[in-house]
Amino acid sequence: MEDKFLMKGNEALAEAAIQAGCRHFFGYPITPQTELAAYMAKKMPKVGGTYLQAESELAAANMVLGAAGAGVRAMTSSSSPGISLKSEAISYMAGSDIPALIVNVQRGGPGLGGIQPSQSDYWQATRATGHGDFQILVFAPASVQEMVDLVGLAFDKGDEYRMPAMILADGMLGQMMEPVKFPEKSEQHLPDKPWACCGHQNKRKHNVLNSLFLSPSELENLIIERYKRYDIIKEKEQRWDEYMLDDADIVLVAYGASARVSHTAVDMAREQGIKAGLLRPITLWPYPNKAFEKLKDTAKAFISVEMSMGQMVDDVRLAVECRKPVYFTGRTGGKIPNPNEVLKKITEVEGTL
Amino acid sequence: MADLDFKDRLERITVVCGHYGSGKTNFSLNLAIDMAKEKSKRITLVDLDIVNPYFRSSDYRELLENSGVHVIAPKYAGTNLDTPALSAEIDSVFCDENTQVIFDVGGDDAGAFALGRYSDKIKQENYSFIYLVNKYRNLTNTPETSVEILGEIMCACGLMPSYIVNNSHLQWETTAETILNAADYGEKIAELVNVPLLCTTAPDFLKDSERLAGYKLYYVRSIVRPPFYA
Repeated sequence: MEDKFLMKGNEALAEAAIQAGCRHFFGYPITPQTELAAYMAKKMPKVGGTYLQAESELAAANMVLGAAGAGVRAMTSSSSPGISLKSEAISYMAGSDIPALIVNVQRGGPGLGGIQPSQSDYWQATRATGHGDFQILVFAPASVQEMVDLVGLAFDKGDEYRMPAMILADGMLGQMMEPVKFPEKSEQHLPDKPWACCGHQNKRKHNVLNSLFLSPSELENLIIERYKRYDIIKEKEQRWDEYMLDDADIVLVAYGASARVSHTAVDMAREQGIKAGLLRPITLWPYPNKAFEKLKDTAKAFISVEMSMGQMVDDVRLAVECRKPVYFTGRTGGKIPNPNEVLKKITEVEGTL
Repeated sequence: MADLDFKDRLERITVVCGHYGSGKTNFSLNLAIDMAKEKSKRITLVDLDIVNPYFRSSDYRELLENSGVHVIAPKYAGTNLDTPALSAEIDSVFCDENTQVIFDVGGDDAGAFALGRYSDKIKQENYSFIYLVNKYRNLTNTPETSVEILGEIMCACGLMPSYIVNNSHLQWETTAETILNAADYGEKIAELVNVPLLCTTAPDFLKDSERLAGYKLYYVRSIVRPPFYA
């Protein structure tokens, strides 16, 4: 048992990043993710790493661009309004094929919003974390343990596909404590990055990382090539978790903290004899469309449960190809739906079947 | 492991400090509710946490007030305003000798700075300073690292520790072994700091554990938890 520790989600994200070989963190404080930066400030000097609190979110995100462009594992973290500020640099990283990790511990929006937990940056994360034609990898943990597990994966996949990756968490996951276990420490082999701008030593041609292209056709070709890589990712990298789906009539679709609430609601519905189940996307981009392949025929209805006004509903509709009705329930503005509210929606939908 | 009547040993003013995430708030809530049940005195719980945006003792105001505990919270606790403004009402506890007070202090030295604001008043009478520890918090998993944090807390608040509370646990994964394996840890910290171990806690779902039958433990309810459950 002693190999397990109680950790706050934010601390676990930080420790997992360090264990994944990240030695460069650039940040700017914001509630409810500040413990992540605080942990990095304490720990990075002890492992020979760099913790730097920048003068602004813009600076922090561009420092990540520079460090990651030099080939090191670099990251930043923030909460919703801070991610908006960082989105310019994220677009530049995507446009320069630079991998890095961005953590968003979401709070209520829009604008300054509030400091309570939210999932209202789903569109931002999956559609437009900045301007231009691009995607980033988006991982959505639902427990402190999964935060640990996904940080290493996000770094690895970002490196593999040369693109920014995001951990999309929320304030509840960031602030809550749970027992976690870290993977056995093994000899780390970070991938070679022959494209990195880290000094050519007169041994090779100098590398250039840039998102500005003088010829429109060169830019177009590059984007088309990048989208071929996105197709491979959509084919290979969909991840999800299933709970009680085998005979489910009503399928709840939820990620992160909403999935934890939905899990309880499924148990409550089952106790009442309602065949409910939970499909929990772990990757939000690529969206786990494959998870719906059988369900769109076997299930009778879907309910997207979110801490937003229903930003994931369209993705569920697309995944079920509109063959079954897709409903929504949730709270927003920093409120978390309680299991009874979700159960009420399940009962309501059950009544329409 | 501990004197079962440890509550009687506490002075009128009790402050609960520790590394953040060790379970100070859950312990303070249990202590306040149990004292309100057992004592004829008025119990006041002061939420002095100016660090933590979530999982604060004042989030449980309804439960506390229904249990007869008076709650004093920072003015904007639980709102979207991230402003650590302390309530003027806190000063009232120093005037009312009939009130038993528990200060639930924020974690680490950062949280203890707010306590320093009141240290002159606290020092005017006897007080109990509880340093609460949890072996299963990753940054304080040895007695030495835990004592290091106590030093930082003492510097921030200017008060001297009176007791150690061993609150080692792993939430719902806590077993009898989790508790027993951490017994040395609590005793060693008490020895290093040279103050008595006030009590050792265990979650109340282990109340009937045969492995723990021979030990004196303070069984606590798990009150502070995320709103995922029915």
